[in-house]
This record gives sequence, structure tokens and C-alpha cells, in this order.
Amino acid sequence: MYQTNYHRPSSVQEAAKLMSGATEGKYLAGGMTLIATMKQRLAAASDLVDLRHIAEMKGITVNGRSVRIGAATTHHEVASSAELGAVCPAICALASHIGDPHVRHMGTIGGSIANNDPAADYPAAMLALDAKIITNSREIAAADFFTGLFETALDDGEIITAITFDAPAKVAYQKFPNPASRYAMAGVFVARRDNGDVRVAVTGAGSNGVFRHQGMEAALAGNWSPDAVGNVSVDASDLLTDLHASAAYRANLIKVMTKRAVAAA
Amino acid sequence: MAKITMTVNGRQVSGTCDDRTLLVHFIRENLGLTGTHVGCETSQCGACVIHMDGLSVKSCSILAVQATGSSITTIEGLAKDGELHPVQAAFRAHHGLQCGFCTPGMVMTAVDMIARHGSNLDEATVRAELEGNICRCTGYHNIVKAILAAAAEMGGARQAAE
Ligand SMILES: Cc1cc2nc3c(=O)[nH]c(=O)nc-3n(C[C@H](O)[C@H](O)[C@H](O)COP(=O)(O)OP(=O)(O)OC[C@H]3O[C@@H](n4cnc5c(N)ncnc54)[C@H](O)[C@@H]3O)c2cc1C
Ligand code: FES
Ligand code: FES
Repeated sequence: MYQTNYHRPSSVQEAAKLMSGATEGKYLAGGMTLIATMKQRLAAASDLVDLRHIAEMKGITVNGRSVRIGAATTHHEVASSAELGAVCPAICALASHIGDPHVRHMGTIGGSIANNDPAADYPAAMLALDAKIITNSREIAAADFFTGLFETALDDGEIITAITFDAPAKVAYQKFPNPASRYAMAGVFVARRDNGDVRVAVTGAGSNGVFRHQGMEAALAGNWSPDAVGNVSVDASDLLTDLHASAAYRANLIKVMTKRAVAAA
Repeated sequence: MAKITMTVNGRQVSGTCDDRTLLVHFIRENLGLTGTHVGCETSQCGACVIHMDGLSVKSCSILAVQATGSSITTIEGLAKDGELHPVQAAFRAHHGLQCGFCTPGMVMTAVDMIARHGSNLDEATVRAELEGNICRCTGYHNIVKAILAAAAEMGGARQAAE
């Protein structure tokens, strides 16, 4: 790892100020992605601004069906929140299957969505839940936030402080994990609101990152049942091919994961 | 250079290291506590698992500066008054180790797991929670047995105390 300078702010404002004074600074949350990339010298941060000690970025609040999760909340905290589980069990289940217990004790929701790994789990939840990404300067709809592989709408120095959403009536997430890394080879988050609105968001499979599948959404809006998925076609031409799976295999996985998710919701 | 202060196994310690120094190297080299191992150094194997503020973490993936101000427990902190911790004793009784390289991380993982699940632990949960710990010798069966036995014993002890 190259040399770096560590900073520990206690407010969002102080963090942003430290970042604006750094030459090549990076925010550090759980470090479960960033420290690994720095060790490989794929990233060289002149300064690290630690977000783990900022009280206003932590914790989960549930008000009726409206949910706010601070960006520095860990996967473990999301997985084990009874309050959140009562209104949106799928996001707790999703968090409980990220990596391993030690990774979940450090990794944060803000770090995961800022990183936008095409195989990460949370981006699918954000799209399907119609979440808002709250930053230190604005609110960004999830639909506008994830812009490509490891790319987001965040400006330089912008900090995600929280995410918010209204919990839909029915939710479920199913992922087919890579047997070695446990990252999704295809992960599908489904959500259905009382007004009949359906969202199907897919991670791990798109060659441009997380995406919504309109065909699935239309079929499930007409008939919310696993059977409705059978006749929907999934176009493999926009899907990833890598050493783990071909695009055609992933296209099939998307259907299977969607069926399982609808059955579980 | 960073000045690090933390509580390690109940003792206040301090030292200086580079901001880029990994916590595991600070623990092994600055503090001389070599029970915590480095296997992969890429957050895969779990040989470096310690507890930070009561939760298991991979000390190869955390900077020592990130841990400043925290309370750390390493494998050296488990035994009390010359008596092995129940999890350590169970690993010995159930042959949960062979070469022993993975063992400090396995034991720290098991202690954390039992703290979170209590005696409700079942085999499927233990196996799922061992996702981040690799053992090249035992084939895991005896590790799982040891953890279940320790959970039952510690749960029983807790009930007796209540
Ligand atoms: C062994 C292992 C297995 C894993 N398995 C999975 C898995 O199955 N599924 C999955 O989804 N993920 C998985 N992960 C990734 C894990 O979820 C990471 O925790 C996550 O991707 C990054 O979160 P972090 O808090 O550690 O962020 P960091 O590593 O600290 O930061 C990641 C990036 O986000 C930026 N950042 C962090 N917080 C903010 C913020 N609030 N505002 C703006 N930018 C910010 C940082 O500058 C950095 O560029 C795994 C990781 C490991 C090590
Ligand atoms: S040495 Fe830390 S996980 Fe392998
Ligand atoms: S006992 Fe040898 S690696 Fe586990």
C-alpha cells in the first residue's frame, strides 16, 4: 500500500472540508473494498477520510412504512434490525448474505452503493425499493444514481449520508451466489406496492450493472405469481459473460431467481 | 506517522506506525502478540480474525489507525487465570485443529458467533457463519462439533448462573 494520511472527522461538514483540502482523497467507510484495492495498489489515496465515527450517518429509523438508513450503518446492523425486518424483511435478508460475518461487521450500505460493484446486492434493493440516495448536497433517485460499472451520479467529494424509502407491501430478494466469492451471479429484488406497482431489479448479471427488467415487471403487474414469469423472455445480449457463467446462463438464472423471489415475497 | 492508543485484552497500549499499517501487523509486530495469524492478507481466510469493540473483524483488512480508541480482543485474551476459554477447550476436546494455523481465527469467530446466537446455534448456522474462515486440514467437521459443544456448554453455564 502506498503512504496515506488518515483523518477522523465527527461531522459530515468536517468530512467534506477535509476532502476538499486533500489532493487525491478518498472516503473510507468499512474499508472492505477500499483497503483491499489500496493494498493491491489499484487505488492510491493521498488522504483517507473515515466516515465510521459520524453519528448523524449511523442508525436505522422506521416511521410507519417510511425507512431511513444512515450511510455508515453496517450490513450486520441492517441484517439484525427487528424494526426494519418488520416492514422490509428482504433488505435484512439481503444484508445477512453479504460476504461473511466479519465483512458484515465492517462493510456499510453507503460504501456498497457508492462502489456500485455490478455484482453487489444493495443496488438491486435500491432500484426495486425506489430509494432516495441522500447526500450532503442533494437527494438522488436510485433510478438516476447507478450509472454504469462502478459508476454513480456522485460528484467529487460528495458524501452519501443516508438512504430512504417507503417499504412496499411485498418484497423479496433471491441471489444465486458464486460458490467461491458469494457475490451474486444473478440477484433479483422484487417489490409490489398496494397500488399494484411492481419492480424487478437485477444485479450480478447486467453488462452495464444493475437494471430493472420491464418485461418481468409488466408480467407480474398483470399476475403476481411465479407462473407469470415463465413466458417472459430475457435478452442475453445485454448480460455479462465471464469465467463464471455465460450470458445465456445468467438469462436463465434471472428467470429462476425472479420466480423464487415472487414465491418468497 | 500515527500515534495509536487502544485497549488490547484489557490492557491500555500505545505505539506509533505508518497510517497505512494494517491492524494485524501492528498487533503482531508492535505489540508482539503473534497469536493472530496472517494467512491470505486479502480478507478471504479468516486467520487474522480478532474482536474490535465486541465484534469479529478481519484485522488484515483494517488499518491500525482505524482501530485507534477501540477495544481489541485477540486469541491471547481468551484464557483466564491459566484456564482455557470454553471454546478453546472444546477445540482441544473435539480435535478441532490439526496444524493450528487457522485456529486463532476459528476460535475468535466461534466466540463471536456464540455471543450473537447463544445456545440456539445449530449446525447449519455454524457452517454458514464459517463462510469467511478457511481450514486446509480438518475438513471442518470437528470444528463444527467443537463450536456446537462449546455453545451448549456456555448456554448451560449461563442458564445455571441465572
Ligand atoms: C470477502 C468479501 C465478500 C464480500 N461479499 C459481498 C457480497 O456477497 N455482496 C456484496 O454486495 N458485497 C460484498 N462485499 C463487499 C462489501 O459489501 C463491502 O463492504 C462494500 O462493497 C463496501 O462497503 P464499505 O463500507 O466497506 O466501503 P469502503 O470499502 O470503505 O468504500 C468503498 C468505496 O465507496 C466510497 N464510499 C464509502 N462510503 C461512502 C459514502 N458514505 N459516501 C460516498 N462515498 C463513499 C469509498 O470512497 C470507496 O470508494 C464483500 C467484501 C468482501 C471483503
Ligand atoms: S489474513 Fe486476514 S482474512 Fe486471511
Ligand atoms: S488446522 Fe490446519 S488450517 Fe485449520
